[in-house]
Amino acid sequence: MKRIWFVLVIVSLLLAACTPVDLSAPVPSVDTGINPNSWALIPAGDFYYGQYNTVEYTPAFEIMITDVTTSQYADYLNAALSSDAIKIGEWVITGYYPGDTYTGKKHEERIDAGDWLYIPLNDPSQHILFDGTSFSPEQGYEDHPMTMVTWFGALGYCEYFGYRLPSEKEWEKSARGTDTRAYPWGDDIQRSNANYYASRDPFENMKTFGSRTTPVGFFNGTIYPDGYATLDSRSPYGLFDMAGNVWQWTADIYEGMHYRFLRGGSKDTYEMDLRIFVRNNATPTYFSPGVGFRCVR
Amino acid sequence: MNILKSRLDYLFSSTKGLVLVAIAMIALTSAIWGMLSGPLAEMGIREVVINTLGMDMVPAEREGRIIILYHAIAMAVVAIETYLINGLLKIKPLLKTIINGLITVGYIVTMIFGLGFAYFGHNWAFHGLYIAGLTLIFAAGVLLVIALWPWNKEVRQPDMDYARTRGGLDLERVAFFATAVTTVISALFGAIPGSFFGNGFEVFLAENIIRFPEKSTMEYSIIGHLHIMLALIAVMITLIIGRWLNFKGILHKIAMPLMILGTIILNLGVWGVVTPMEPIAHMVIYVGATPSMLAALLLLIWSWRMLIHNGTAKFAKPTILQKLKALVEDPLKFGPTWQMLFMNFSTSGLGIFMAVKLDEIFRVWPAREERIELTGHWHALSLVIATIILMYYGDISGLKGKVRQVFGWAIIFFSDLALAGITFFEMKRLFVTEAEQQPIVNGLMLAVDTGLAFLLVLLATLMVWRLIDLFNKNGRWSEEKEQELDQEVVS
Repeated sequence: MKRIWFVLVIVSLLLAACTPVDLSAPVPSVDTGINPNSWALIPAGDFYYGQYNTVEYTPAFEIMITDVTTSQYADYLNAALSSDAIKIGEWVITGYYPGDTYTGKKHEERIDAGDWLYIPLNDPSQHILFDGTSFSPEQGYEDHPMTMVTWFGALGYCEYFGYRLPSEKEWEKSARGTDTRAYPWGDDIQRSNANYYASRDPFENMKTFGSRTTPVGFFNGTIYPDGYATLDSRSPYGLFDMAGNVWQWTADIYEGMHYRFLRGGSKDTYEMDLRIFVRNNATPTYFSPGVGFRCVR
Repeated sequence: MNILKSRLDYLFSSTKGLVLVAIAMIALTSAIWGMLSGPLAEMGIREVVINTLGMDMVPAEREGRIIILYHAIAMAVVAIETYLINGLLKIKPLLKTIINGLITVGYIVTMIFGLGFAYFGHNWAFHGLYIAGLTLIFAAGVLLVIALWPWNKEVRQPDMDYARTRGGLDLERVAFFATAVTTVISALFGAIPGSFFGNGFEVFLAENIIRFPEKSTMEYSIIGHLHIMLALIAVMITLIIGRWLNFKGILHKIAMPLMILGTIILNLGVWGVVTPMEPIAHMVIYVGATPSMLAALLLLIWSWRMLIHNGTAKFAKPTILQKLKALVEDPLKFGPTWQMLFMNFSTSGLGIFMAVKLDEIFRVWPAREERIELTGHWHALSLVIATIILMYYGDISGLKGKVRQVFGWAIIFFSDLALAGITFFEMKRLFVTEAEQQPIVNGLMLAVDTGLAFLLVLLATLMVWRLIDLFNKNGRWSEEKEQELDQEVVS
């Protein structure tokens, strides 16, 4: 009899774990006071690159101080739609990409010239709404990073405004500055430094929907009205969210592989993936609630 | 003084004592370092452990720390297997003493000073001692190869029931020998690039470079090393379990040549990754793995038949239920081969599925997802090996009656619960999106953590019981001191 009860308890716990997730659960409304239209100047010069601190150089460039927000992306889609820079398919937005050079290496896949997926519209995690004529951000997510966007969709946004995606080196220099720190703010990480898995920020509920994005620039040292205190976690050049929140697409295309590289870790990863030099990669058509981007110029 | 000496004699000069010490060292390491990741890290226990023990966790050095931790635990497992081989097979007493002595000092020095270096500041003397420990283990391995030399007249197999050549060459011993030789050679595939990267202070985890189309010879060597060492530990434990259960008969005669062939081809494939053979190395590995796994299957079939036969001897015409009861009557003898079977679900099956669907499914996911599968499946194999060792240890510890039943079934149930949870966790993207995964992740992690937590509690109970026993003048230890494993082979 005792065995039956034991099995029943285990099965009940497992069944309880299978409750559906309410993806439209309300998000806290927070004003971070950070302007996502701001840019930071990264001066020309050497810096330490990678886990083993090889010295590399970049010319000067500017980079957005936050990830591109949902609101910014909706504005872009409206502008691009009116100028025919994007196409609307069946629940998808696509755009033209001139293709990669294919070398036929093992596991390499062709990325030919043509229309490629920018964003899906019918995914419940998508925070961009389309009413048939125009795009708008989902209420509550206006100042959250744009997610559910492919590498093509990120590149399309940047190029539309005459910007580009950062190279891996540019991204890393922007996050790290000129020393060898592991995180944008220094060498140690605390839960109030960034949005990562089980970081206990007010946007997270590990019993139901798990970790969610935080508004861009959330971790800026502010104590929010609900009492949640963040640490000022900007990078040496004043960039926010260069660790955690969302992985960020980078520009580099490497010979023999179709994968594109992602940097910074996300709300869904442990702090080890938030270290500046950690690299993730995915096919350029990949999209996820934990992947976004920012541009350089 | 004599009280202490007799206990130390038991712990460091008898096979069962040596195995106990190694299991205790692994248990202690797992208990402490297990708190640095997973749910305990999420709960904040990680920080408490770091602060209490004064660990120095430089973020950029995580990969190096993990590599040393893996080696610290793996060396103790290799030591256990060596003790078991020395206890089960005919080995010259002098060589046995030297091998056991070298490997014991080796793994303890590796463990203490390796972890000391990796987690408690960088005392370079500790690093030197860590390397010295590994070197002693390597030397013990070379001596084990010499000790296992199967062409000596005194180790010929006269019994026709066992796999042997016409001249009496013991093919089971050849299988042990082949596995030991290839293990020693494969260790070099880690040692050489380890020196190369270590001297440049650049370490990496193989799962982080898996998608790069161009890899250096040294990188291939590391990837080959970590795969083959775990595979060889698994092959060796299969041979050990076969010897313990007294594997013999026609299936033994088929299995041993398969095991020898499989081990050699498997190794040639892995070593081939650093040669121009690299493009076809994986195919060679598959070809090698097949006979090895077939040999393990034959052991499983034979042992289950043996358990059923012995358990139903009292019945003239046993029913299916009586046969089934006989099969599972002794969890410690049924468990090891059951775990080998279960491994096909949690490790081999998954590995084959990944290989077949790699470009279609797994390479479409981000690298981080693929990393979860890669690390998950070899952690699962490690857990399978650990449980098999624990079940064998439960038997040689003399567990009987209800305790034996509870111990054996608890290991099987909780480890398989954890393994099933890990397997579904690795594959979760096949049936749930990132946005909707949290409740399923919570459920799976509950299963995994429940399984692992109960296993650790079980292990801790076993260790405490053995510790208390050491305080008893006429405890179990005093009998075990004189016992040897070859006397306890199933008849």
